[in-house]
Amino acid sequence: MMKLEAIIQPSRFESVKDALREMGIEGMTVTEVRGHGRQKGHTEVYRGREYTVDLLPKIKLEMVLPDALVEKAVDTILKTAKTGKIGDGKIFLSRVEEAIRIRNEERGEKAL
Amino acid sequence: MEGAPVYSRRRSGERCVPKISVAERRNMASAVRKCSWLLVLALCAALFPASSLRAQQAAPLTGATSPSSNAATPEVRPETQKAVNEKLAQLDQRVTAAQSAGDNAWMLVSAALVLMMTGPGLALFYGGLVRQKNTLAIMMQSFAMMGLITVLWALVGYSLAFGGSGPVIGDFSHAFLRGVGVDPNPDYAGTIPQLTFMVYQLMFAVITPALITGATAERMKFSGTCLFLTLWFLVVYAPLAHMVWGKGGLLNSSGGRFPCLDFAGGTVVHVSSGVSALVCALYLGKRSGYPKQPMPPHSLVLSFIGACLLWVGWFGFNAGSALAASGLAASAFVATHFAAAAAALSWSLVERIKNGRASALGAISGAVAGLVAITPAAGFVGPMPALAIGFMAGAFCYWMVAKVKQIFGYDDALDAFGVHGAGGTIGALLTGVFAQAVINPVFGAGKPVGWLDRNWGQVGNQLIGVLIAWGLALVGTFVLLKVVDLITGVRVSEEEEIEGLDISQHGEEAYNLEN
Repeated sequence: MMKLEAIIQPSRFESVKDALREMGIEGMTVTEVRGHGRQKGHTEVYRGREYTVDLLPKIKLEMVLPDALVEKAVDTILKTAKTGKIGDGKIFLSRVEEAIRIRNEERGEKAL
Repeated sequence: MEGAPVYSRRRSGERCVPKISVAERRNMASAVRKCSWLLVLALCAALFPASSLRAQQAAPLTGATSPSSNAATPEVRPETQKAVNEKLAQLDQRVTAAQSAGDNAWMLVSAALVLMMTGPGLALFYGGLVRQKNTLAIMMQSFAMMGLITVLWALVGYSLAFGGSGPVIGDFSHAFLRGVGVDPNPDYAGTIPQLTFMVYQLMFAVITPALITGATAERMKFSGTCLFLTLWFLVVYAPLAHMVWGKGGLLNSSGGRFPCLDFAGGTVVHVSSGVSALVCALYLGKRSGYPKQPMPPHSLVLSFIGACLLWVGWFGFNAGSALAASGLAASAFVATHFAAAAAALSWSLVERIKNGRASALGAISGAVAGLVAITPAAGFVGPMPALAIGFMAGAFCYWMVAKVKQIFGYDDALDAFGVHGAGGTIGALLTGVFAQAVINPVFGAGKPVGWLDRNWGQVGNQLIGVLIAWGLALVGTFVLLKVVDLITGVRVSEEEEIEGLDISQHGEEAYNLEN
């Protein structure tokens, strides 16, 4: 099992979600987050006072996948989340030791 | 313009009603002589709904009879004459009642509109501009004035502002609203119940201290705010209102030592609150983290709604200051609207040039600045000067807020001084420039009013009024802050400030979205 975390542009979220669902991924957790990588922020001006906003809004997708689906999911996200500009985000993969379904205590990939 | 209604000025000893010319009166009298009383009745009935006919001026028939018209009507019998007189007197009464009904309806609506400016108008406008953790605190400060000042007004406030005829402050003749009933007070508004006048003026007294909270936002104690604004109302507002509007007041435009034009409160409301706001900002010191830490408005949507409510409410504030549903009210209404629009445009334009973008906050701030600046001028200037005043006020207040504030480094958190102090001052001075007898012959028929009428000296009088308001606000506010500092303290602790005033002062939060 792998955990896939993807931080993407909010504007690409709908396409990414639809594409992942189409390839058979059933569950995901989505969070609205703020952050920055190499992308610079922007300035906002309120009554002549300038503020630099360097934490920009992003969407974080989290899903735990059976090993067989991981590469395909990564490909799908790369294809649909890319705009080609700085700020498109990142994907992180990590091993997951165990998964447990709370309702019936199933364990492992069955619980996903 | 001969024969057109002549409007008397606001808060003078006269009534704010059109006068019927001598020629009109004579016509009426001779008609009575010539016709049977039925015909007279028909004529009067036709005149009855005309709003320009004011019964107070239509003298009893016998009094208006001129010798020349007597000779032309020999056949009228005495009993017919008596019946006609009685009927006319009755009609007079009904016309008076009708006029009073019209004026009273408008003034009650105006009073409600002005209250709407404080809550929700100002509360939302300021509420959106603070950070999320201080939203309820700033709204509560406006709302507290609706409670506190109202009670004070009933006990002594109205009397201190509008009782007696001293040069500086009123007296206690109307304390506890003694003698304030449905009968008009001919010193101020002769066609509406004094109760209406009293409650209308109350709404001004409510919003004025609330404006100051824009400068003390995000760091002043609630207890200190309430005590300070209570004292401020008694020491600064009431005397200033009496000086400018009260009978016998030093700055009253009719009969004052320095006749100062202030139609709806440029000096009384905006200069006084704005300058006091500056003193408060300096006395309290900067908010913790200012100016390094970003403190952007938490919801410009709230501010936007608030500003639009202020704009609408301002029609009651300015047009209502005619104290009658008169042509003067219409003139003030138009001037108010035009100035707001022009100032919104000019602030946006300057912003566009300076920053490359016209912001929503800029547009609404500009509109408020224009409304502030037109306040003293509303009933004295025509639509074109109103546009000019608005344009100047928008650009001037932008400069005060965006540049001057940063040069001097004071933390006027929500720009109460930059908009109300600066806008009120420039508006008061421009009133002296643009006031015209054609709009409001405040100094008497045919007498020049402002610079446009070649009465150069009026700008000087306006300056004196502004200086007195500045002086009283500066000194009064400083002394009162010292006193309040000793009793309750004025500023919250740094921990309380960082935690936010909503929790530290009121024990609640504006947004509990998770629950």
